Amino acid sequence: MTSARQMTDEPANLLLQVTDLQTHFATRSGVVRAVDGVTFDVPAGASVGIVGESGSGKSVTSLSIMRLVEAPGRVVGGQIRFKGRDIAGMSDREFRSVRGRDIALVFQDPMSALNPVYPVGKQVVEALRAHQPLSRAAAMERAIQLFSMVGISAPERRVHEYPHKLSGGMRQRVTIAMALANEPSLLILDEPTTALDVTIQAQILDLIRDLRQRVNTSILLITHDIGVVAELCERVVVMYGGRVMEQGTVQQITDQPCHPYTQGLLTSIPTPEMKGRRLNTIGGAVPNPLRMPPGCPFQPRCPKAMDVCSTKPELNQIGDGREVACWLY
Amino acid sequence: MVDIDSKPGSEAGADVLLDVRNLKTYYPSRARVLGRKQDWVRAVDDVSFTIRRGETFGLVGESGCGKSTLGRSVVRLEKAQSGQVIFEGSDVQQLTGRKLKKIRSDLQVIFQDPQGSLDPRMKVREIIAEGLSVQGTLSRDERRERVHDLASVVGLREEHLDRYAHEFSGGQRQRIGIARALALRPKFVLADEPVSALDMSVQSQVLNLLSDLQQEFDLTYLFIAHDLSVVEYISDRVGVMYLGKLVEVANATDLYADPRMPYTQALLSAIPGSHTLRGRERIVLSGEVPSPLDPPSGCRFRTRCWRAESICSVEEPVLTEVRPDHWAACHFAAES
Repeated sequence: MTSARQMTDEPANLLLQVTDLQTHFATRSGVVRAVDGVTFDVPAGASVGIVGESGSGKSVTSLSIMRLVEAPGRVVGGQIRFKGRDIAGMSDREFRSVRGRDIALVFQDPMSALNPVYPVGKQVVEALRAHQPLSRAAAMERAIQLFSMVGISAPERRVHEYPHKLSGGMRQRVTIAMALANEPSLLILDEPTTALDVTIQAQILDLIRDLRQRVNTSILLITHDIGVVAELCERVVVMYGGRVMEQGTVQQITDQPCHPYTQGLLTSIPTPEMKGRRLNTIGGAVPNPLRMPPGCPFQPRCPKAMDVCSTKPELNQIGDGREVACWLY
Repeated sequence: MVDIDSKPGSEAGADVLLDVRNLKTYYPSRARVLGRKQDWVRAVDDVSFTIRRGETFGLVGESGCGKSTLGRSVVRLEKAQSGQVIFEGSDVQQLTGRKLKKIRSDLQVIFQDPQGSLDPRMKVREIIAEGLSVQGTLSRDERRERVHDLASVVGLREEHLDRYAHEFSGGQRQRIGIARALALRPKFVLADEPVSALDMSVQSQVLNLLSDLQQEFDLTYLFIAHDLSVVEYISDRVGVMYLGKLVEVANATDLYADPRMPYTQALLSAIPGSHTLRGRERIVLSGEVPSPLDPPSGCRFRTRCWRAESICSVEEPVLTEVRPDHWAACHFAAES
C-alpha cells in the first residue's frame, strides 16, 4: 500500500501543500490532537473546501496555515508548503510579509477582524500600506475601488463608517475587501457565511464566486455546510476527529461517498426525497477530543467497523483523483 | 369572493388546536425624549393563522422577521399588544393566575440552546421533574416514575438521571430538554430552533425523536428554524415571515415546489447548494431587510422585490388563498 502523498507528482502547480500536519493542544487534562495527520493540496487557481463538524480540526488546520495557533496549541509535526516554501522554516518577519499579502483570511465573525474604533476605510488603507508603498490618498482611493468591487454601494461614503454602523452582510463585504486588498494568491475563508441569514449568505457566495473570476485567487473554504462547498468549490476534503476521511471532487463526494462517515453524514441530511421517512442516523456523538479512540476516529460510531480499525488507516488513492482513509479501500 | 374571516388553516372541516387572531407583539424601542412619540419595533404585526391538531407547523424567515416572537407569544412567554391566541376555548393571551399556570402544562417549549436553558446546578432528574413539582399534581413516587419513563422515551439511561447537564453532549442535552418539555404531557410544543446548535451527525437523531414522540403522544408542533431544508422535511404546513408579517402559508410540499410570494421564491432559491445540487434557479435579493421600526408602506417586501409595481407601495396585500391550502400575501400571487 502506498500513501497518497508519495504518489503525488512534484508540486509544479501546487500553491499550498499540507503534509501530515499535526497541531496539538497541551491542556491541563491532557493533549488534544486537534489536527492529527492532515494531508491535502490546493492547486493554483483551484477552490478547495474543507467540510467537518465541530471538533473535526478544520478551523485549527486553517489557523495552522496562517501561523495563528495560540498557546497551548502548537504545530508539532508535518509540513505546510506555500509556493514550494516551508512555512515553518520562515522567520516571523518573513511570514508577516506573506500573511495578509499572499495569504489572506476571512473569519466567520467580521467583528473579530475589524477594529471597532476606526472607520472601515482606514482599516483597509492600513492593510494596503502594510504591504505596498502607497500614499494615504492613493490607498484610500484603492480602498474605495475595493469597496465598490465587493458590492458596497456609495463606497466613498461607506469608507468613513464605523463597523458597528454596518449590517452583518456589509461587514463581511468589508473584510473580504480587506482580504483582497493585496491581491493574495490564496484566500482562506473560515465559515464566511455561517453568521449570516440565508439570503445574505447567497449574496456573499455570489460575490465570492464572481470575484474568483475577476481576481486570480485560489480559495480554501472551511465550513460545516456541504451545500456551501457545493456553491464554491471543485474539490472537497472531509474531516472528522482531526483527520481527513476522504477527498475528491464535490460531485464525486456528494454522488458517491466512499467513507462510512461521509455516507452516514450525507444520508442523515434532510432532503425533500426523505420527507415522511425516517432519517438515517449516525449513532453516538462526536468523540471527546481528550479521549479520541485509537485508530480511525470514526470507528466507535462506524457501522462497518472491523478489528483492523483500531489501527490508523492511511489516506490512499483509489483512482479518479479520490483519496480515502478507510480499511475498506 | 374572499371571506374576510378566512385565514390559513381554518378551512372547513379543519380540526383547529390553536387559533391565532390578529396578533400584534410590539417592543418599545429606546425611550425617547419627553414629548416625542414612542417608537415601536413591530416584531409581530397583525398575524392570523391556525394550527391544526396533530400537525407540525413550520415557521421560517430570516433573523428579525418575528418568527421567535410569534412562537413565544403563542405560548404566552411574551405578552402581545393585541390580538388573541385561542386554545381550547380560552384566550392564552388573557389568562392570569391559576388558569395561566394550568395552561402552561398544555403548552410547552423546546429551546435552541440546551446548554443555556438547563440549570447547571440541578441534576437531570430534577430538571425533568421541575414542571411536575411546580404543578404539584403528582405524588413523589408518581413523579419519580414519570421521570424514569420520560428518560427512556427520549433515549436517556437510568444512570444519566443523577448527573448534571454539562456532563452531556449537545445531542444528549437536547434530549433532556425534550424530556422536560414532555413531562407535563403537553398537547402543544413550541420547538424554537431545536436542532440548530447540534452537529450535523446528531441533528437527524433528534429530528427522528421528535417525529416518534409526536406519534406516540399526539403532539402538535410549532417548529421554528432558519434551516429551510429541516423545516421542509419535518413540517406538514409551513409559514413564511418577513418583517413581522406572515407572507405565505401552504402545505410544505406545495410551498417548496411552487412558492407564490416573491420573497419565498428568493428565500428558497438561496438554500446553499440548491441551484448547484437541486437545479433551482438562484434569485439573489439586493439590499437588506428594512428596519421593523419603520417598515415600508404597502407591501413590506416591495423595496427588495423585482416584481413591485405602484400598487405595492399603496396597498398592503392580504393573505389570500391562491389554491386549496396555499395562501400568499402578494398582489400578483394568483399569476404563476
